[in-house]
Amino acid sequence: MQINATLIGQAIAFLILIWFSWKVIWPPLTSAIDARQKKIADGLAAADRGQKDLEDAKSQALAIVREAHGKAAQVVDQAGRRANEMVEEAKGTASAEGERLIAAARGEVATETARVRGELRAEVAKLAVAGATQVLKREVDASAHAALLDELADRIVVAR
Amino acid sequence: MSGPSSSEYIPHHLQHLRYDLVKGEWAHDATGLINFHLINVDTLVMSVSMGVLFLALFYAAARKATAGVPGRFQAFIEIVVEFVDARVGEVFHGDRKFLAPLALTIFCWVILMNVLDLLPLDVPGLFAHAAGAEHFRVVPTADINTTFAMSLTVLVLILAFSVKAKGVGGFGHELVTAPFGKHPALWIPNLALNMVELLAKPVSLAMRLFGNMYAGELVFMLIALMGFAAASAFGHGGVVGGAAASLGQICMAAAWAIFHILIVLLQGFIFMVLTVVYISMAQEHH
Repeated sequence: MQINATLIGQAIAFLILIWFSWKVIWPPLTSAIDARQKKIADGLAAADRGQKDLEDAKSQALAIVREAHGKAAQVVDQAGRRANEMVEEAKGTASAEGERLIAAARGEVATETARVRGELRAEVAKLAVAGATQVLKREVDASAHAALLDELADRIVVAR
Repeated sequence: MSGPSSSEYIPHHLQHLRYDLVKGEWAHDATGLINFHLINVDTLVMSVSMGVLFLALFYAAARKATAGVPGRFQAFIEIVVEFVDARVGEVFHGDRKFLAPLALTIFCWVILMNVLDLLPLDVPGLFAHAAGAEHFRVVPTADINTTFAMSLTVLVLILAFSVKAKGVGGFGHELVTAPFGKHPALWIPNLALNMVELLAKPVSLAMRLFGNMYAGELVFMLIALMGFAAASAFGHGGVVGGAAASLGQICMAAAWAIFHILIVLLQGFIFMVLTVVYISMAQEHH
């Protein structure tokens, strides 16, 4: 055990080590550690923000879906009402058309009736003349008795 | 080893490889308790090697340090840095830009130097003998020069921090007026007490580390003496006794080495923490 010049050498070595560690080693290591700490803190904050954004988006989506549901119900309602209206309208048109057809048919029937009645009348007159001819077994002047025969024919037709 | 006796073995292992700076030749016997003509070459070589290893490891990590995902090596270095920084932050409330790297240097350097004590006792000697050296003590912290060099440097730093915090006048005033009082009759006792307090710090720092490592080395040597017992037993045909001595040496050396790991780390930690405590005390006003 002896105190000697090693003491001085070791002190110089120690000072060099301290200086190097102080100036060269410590600053980059601590700044890297600090930067990483900040990065991690930022990352965690961003994750929190993302979580919150997601929740917001979810509730927003829910609101949009709810609104769409309401609108769809409204549309269906409107469509139903419109359909009812159309049915009613069609019903009105159809009944008007029906009445018109009925009226037309009635007119036709009346015209036909009048025509048939005229024909019948002529036929009956002929039949009456023929009948009278046969009954009287003689010739009857058709033109002379025309008025009489017409009256007869009218009575027959009315009786029918 | 050409078979020294057990009584020569321990003194042989406690000899430093010394060089005489004045005569310019290897010194074969240590003369005087204090002799600044001599220098312990083994201590310097091993401590500077360990210092360079410390710088190389940390510089490799510092050069590539990024805020991205760290690799295993960088993470390990950063764990050490953060551990030291946290310990310093617990004790010292102020700017750690200088004190934390100082603490890191002490912590790592002392541990690396202490770890050399775990090398097998005679193996470094074999290399030294092959290189032509008569003696080679491998543990620099078991040399009182190393521990005093460090603790006296710490003392200088304590004084520097005191002056920086209080000014030359303030520090001088404190030396003569604290702790007893301002009365002129108390100046001498105050100064005496402060000198004792101030000098006790480097002495206790240096002696604690030196004592632990020197004793640790000595215990390894004492355990190694069982090898002599084993050799002598085998030499006289006592196979059982020789085997028992060999087994005892192996078991005790292993047990002491495992326990010594604790001492190695603890001494580095204590030296670091006490340095930080002393320097933060130096900045406080009384």
